[in-house]
Amino acid sequence: MLEISNLTHTYGTGPGAHHALGGIDLKVAEGELVCIVGPSGCGKSTLLRSIAGLLRPTGGRVVLNGSPVERTPDDLAVVFQDYSRSLFPWMSVADNVSLPLRRKDMDKKQRRQAAMEALEQVGLDGAAAKYPWQLSGGMQQRVSIARALAYRPALLLMDEPFGSVDAQTREDLEDLTLRVRSHHNMTILLITHDIDESVYVGDRVVVLSKAPATIVGDLRVDLPGPRDQITTREHPDFVHLRAEVGRLVRGMRNQAAPAS
Amino acid sequence: MKRFLRALGRLWTIPVALVAWEAVTRAADDNFFPPPTEIAARMHEMWFSGPAERLWLTDAALDNIPTSIGRIFAGWLLAAAVGISLGLVLGRSALLSRFVEPIIEFGRAIPPPALLPFFLALFAAGTQMQVATIAFGIVWPILLNSGDGARHVDRLHLETAQVFGMSRGQRLVRIILPAALPKIFAGLRLSLSLALILMVISELVGSTNGIGFQLLDAQRSFDLPGVWGTIVVLGVLGYAFNSAFLLVERRLLSWHRAAKQTI
Repeated sequence: MLEISNLTHTYGTGPGAHHALGGIDLKVAEGELVCIVGPSGCGKSTLLRSIAGLLRPTGGRVVLNGSPVERTPDDLAVVFQDYSRSLFPWMSVADNVSLPLRRKDMDKKQRRQAAMEALEQVGLDGAAAKYPWQLSGGMQQRVSIARALAYRPALLLMDEPFGSVDAQTREDLEDLTLRVRSHHNMTILLITHDIDESVYVGDRVVVLSKAPATIVGDLRVDLPGPRDQITTREHPDFVHLRAEVGRLVRGMRNQAAPAS
Repeated sequence: MKRFLRALGRLWTIPVALVAWEAVTRAADDNFFPPPTEIAARMHEMWFSGPAERLWLTDAALDNIPTSIGRIFAGWLLAAAVGISLGLVLGRSALLSRFVEPIIEFGRAIPPPALLPFFLALFAAGTQMQVATIAFGIVWPILLNSGDGARHVDRLHLETAQVFGMSRGQRLVRIILPAALPKIFAGLRLSLSLALILMVISELVGSTNGIGFQLLDAQRSFDLPGVWGTIVVLGVLGYAFNSAFLLVERRLLSWHRAAKQTI
């Protein structure tokens, strides 16, 4: 459903130019959950912004469901890392979730209904009348996930979605993502710098190199489901995969695992 | 009870100042500085000695005070409508604001009273001329603050709106306007106090009613307690407007104060 071919992007020109993307080729199939992992500053966000149409890449193409992305595609939603700035503080939680639905063919009651359903799925149906700033960070990020769910996008982009919450909340949100994903059968592209997270959440882990970013690894994750924070993380395949991904992220591609 | 005591703790200076004022003016016995009791008596005579069925308001009170308040609000609303809409547009369009900014800076630099002769010629003496003077004089803080507020909307707010495919109109009304509202309110508050000043000035010239006219009238008939009484009314009005405005602002922008505290 998503096809990225030879995507390059350079910020600025001349000697001070920063080459963020150095030719990315990636195909994502319908219903896949692909994690993109890479060292910080490698251009992960640039990649996501090009897919979302928030940035016009200097070269290459992004094709979503057959049509090239030039402006923000219609059935695409983004969960940003910075939930406190992505949610609107002057609106209640319910209004935040239902606001994007205004462009859909829904009346006020249907929008409200859809917002409540989405909030229920993230376990926040009791907070509909509250304001985002009355909630904890993890709850705020749930609201932005609910907003994306209610919108029912074909492709959901998540930009370091759990980067600003504590470890416990992070695990909860990872499980929440897996749950809603199996419920909606969405295609999800999740960007993270956390190697464990990429293996735990993804069907596939795509590893980017340092800037200018290229794809240095594309691994399929075949872990027994349903995934569980404790048992999945102690599964030998998980341990093996995270080491593999870790090596790729650190650019030690050819270094073999130490004999144990 | 606690609130009452706290209010008492803040307000005790007022009676003290009044008593001191009374004592000093009585001792000085100067015609230009009548004691507060005399001012109060004159105020009562001028405005509050009317029949009971009209809440004791006199003809002078009913003729002048509502007229002036009406002019203030007409000018203020006109300035708000023009200032906010133009400000939002300029704030979102760097190109437009580059062209229009010099004109705004020029208009802002003109002291509004200097335009009185022009407005007097354009509209003749009367409410239209006064409202025009007030609106022209107070539109600038609203315009500049709205522009500033619209210019500095959080980028992530706008990107979120873009990602969810909100139309230009929706973005303006649902995102940019509320995000700029704290700044807009700062401008509106400043211009409300400016409106009071310009109301008085515009009524001092070629007017036949209003508080400013009464002030001039009292001065011309050497009614010093009347002059002082009018000044007191203006002070009370300014204080009341500001308090009412803050009350509304606190309600409408409660999200802003709370959100800023938690970040």
